[in-house]
Amino acid sequence: MAEMTYLEAIRQGLAEEMARDERVYAIGEDIGAYGGAFKVTEGLLERFGAERVIGTPISETAIIGAAIGSAYLGMRPVAELQFIDFVACCFNILTNFAAKSRYRWGAGVPMVVRGPCGGGVSGGPFHSANPEAHFLHTPGLKIVEPSTAYDAKGLIKAAIRDDDPVLFLEHKFLYRRVKDEVPDADYVVPIGQAVVRRPGDDVTVVTFGAMTYTALEAAEQLAQRDVEVEVIDLRTLSPLDHETVLQSVAKTNKVVVLHEAQRTGGIGAEIAAAITERGFEHLDAPPVRLASLDTPVPYNPGLEAAFRPGVEQIVAAVGQLVEY
Amino acid sequence: MPTSTATRPSDDLTRDDRLELYYFARLTRDIEERLAVLYRQNKVVGGLYRSLGQEGESVASAYALAEDDAVAALIRNLGSLIVQGIRPRAVFTQYMAKGTSPTRGRDLNLHFSHIPDAGGPIVVGPISMLGDLVPVMAGVGLGARMRGRALVAMTYIGDGGTSTGAFHEGMNFAAVQKLPLVVIAEDNKYAYSTPVSQQMALARIDQRAEAYGIPHEMVDGNDMLAVYDASRRAVERARHGDGPSLVGVDTMRMRGHAEHDDMRYMSKPLLDAWKARDPIARYHAHLVETEIATETDLAEIDAMSRAYAEAEADLAEAEPPPEPDTVAAGVFAGDHFQPTVEIVYSPFREKRGTPRHAPASEAGS
Repeated sequence: MAEMTYLEAIRQGLAEEMARDERVYAIGEDIGAYGGAFKVTEGLLERFGAERVIGTPISETAIIGAAIGSAYLGMRPVAELQFIDFVACCFNILTNFAAKSRYRWGAGVPMVVRGPCGGGVSGGPFHSANPEAHFLHTPGLKIVEPSTAYDAKGLIKAAIRDDDPVLFLEHKFLYRRVKDEVPDADYVVPIGQAVVRRPGDDVTVVTFGAMTYTALEAAEQLAQRDVEVEVIDLRTLSPLDHETVLQSVAKTNKVVVLHEAQRTGGIGAEIAAAITERGFEHLDAPPVRLASLDTPVPYNPGLEAAFRPGVEQIVAAVGQLVEY
Repeated sequence: MPTSTATRPSDDLTRDDRLELYYFARLTRDIEERLAVLYRQNKVVGGLYRSLGQEGESVASAYALAEDDAVAALIRNLGSLIVQGIRPRAVFTQYMAKGTSPTRGRDLNLHFSHIPDAGGPIVVGPISMLGDLVPVMAGVGLGARMRGRALVAMTYIGDGGTSTGAFHEGMNFAAVQKLPLVVIAEDNKYAYSTPVSQQMALARIDQRAEAYGIPHEMVDGNDMLAVYDASRRAVERARHGDGPSLVGVDTMRMRGHAEHDDMRYMSKPLLDAWKARDPIARYHAHLVETEIATETDLAEIDAMSRAYAEAEADLAEAEPPPEPDTVAAGVFAGDHFQPTVEIVYSPFREKRGTPRHAPASEAGS
């Protein structure tokens, strides 16, 4: 076991997969000598050479296109988008080419598209996105977003070994702030499995990514008021692990769905709908959604704090549910 | 920057090769004519996109590839798929949305792929958003290089498609990475109803490549041997590690965007002028004039091609539709949806017995 950051865990997972399987390679902007904008790929060029750590022009569609074409030839590309916001630039080739390929022709695209998502760092309107909802609605794509170093390494390995395209969302707020124990031995965290981060009997909070820590902090405060919150970290956003959520709701009968992306049409709507449809008889109160405001992500720290849900809102929402 | 060569690559084509080129172009037109009948009979489920007038450039460009190379055709490049050995029945089943089509009824016309694990021709199908095949085929070239395969990737783009961002990103990436990519850029005068003059302010479509430092030349797209020569030079450059090339072909879409299109925006004199330059008729005349074949020889090929197209259409027509309960399968791995496309050899290839463009030591063995 070794303690490492979320960022180091992604790097180690990627490097181990590149060492294990010569078909795995990295491609993206500034990922070579510079090691990537956040240094996730630092040292990979020196270790694996320019043939397998390919720096590209500022051309997201070319990056994904190259990944798709090479995947058809048996490679396992790991494409970096410098900020996940830039996925908008390659939306077409990702959703129409990569995601539909297997359904149309039976030709799988074993590709990972990874990049930093999320706010809380004053990134502003173009460096803070949480784009999962756009891709939740895209059959053929899987989406994961780890919250711990352990999961980051286990999920990047699972994503690379997966035979379908996986969008790997790395919350940039966690890159260097989160540090935990990561085993030395090879392991994967299976795609499609949520995990209970904190058990509790009173209210379920379903979340993922950096909001997991916000939820845990709120749960800690609520525990002092004898309210026991169960915090579920989804880890995989598509396909969703509805079973883990429903099991928890069957126990607590009350649920908050919490995410950092904007509220309307967000993943929380899908989760709340699924709970209502499949677990209605377990509910003692309407599911509550906590999400960001329906605006672009603002730059100023005060504005951004007002934009996103925080500990206070979670404590208040859970408090209201308890009283319901 | 046109490449000058003392001799034309087509000088190396044998009589059978030249007849095979004719056969492929003829077969392409016969398949589409049969499809037009099926369309009028309401047996084609979606639209029908003819390559009338462009069969020659599709066939002649793909003929410059080796058999195991990769090609990505657009909807008007049926000829390229026929050259690469796609069985005509597969195309008919696609248009008629049959359950045994290469996409099992899920996608239309030439939207299908054939990507064998090792060996055999690679075909990558298009999506309807133009331009994406350029970066994807650059990626096929990249993947081939990483896998140690001396493979060339060829794809097509129309005058309209060259206006997309994906085209430019793909071209630039291929140039920077020196990838084995050949792009055939077809100036067929209209993108749906939009004339080339509203598509670009360049005199020639091949000038698009200039911005990326990619070698390019413009050829008469209705002269099959000229297209073959330019394509062959491009393929050889790619094969030898000299990076991508673009071949601009000057041609004409002789039908509307699809069969439903009344072509009101196209001028009659323009169509008449191009009709006189029909690529198959010209190549036919060339074969007779140069005494490579007699009218009788070519009439025999015509009859063989027509009979084959009709037999394949009949076989396809008898195929069943997909079972509705297959609709949800195959979105992700594990659902065991692996369609196969049958690869067939032409009678000329059967006779030759060796792959196209085999090294001299292999040829004729």
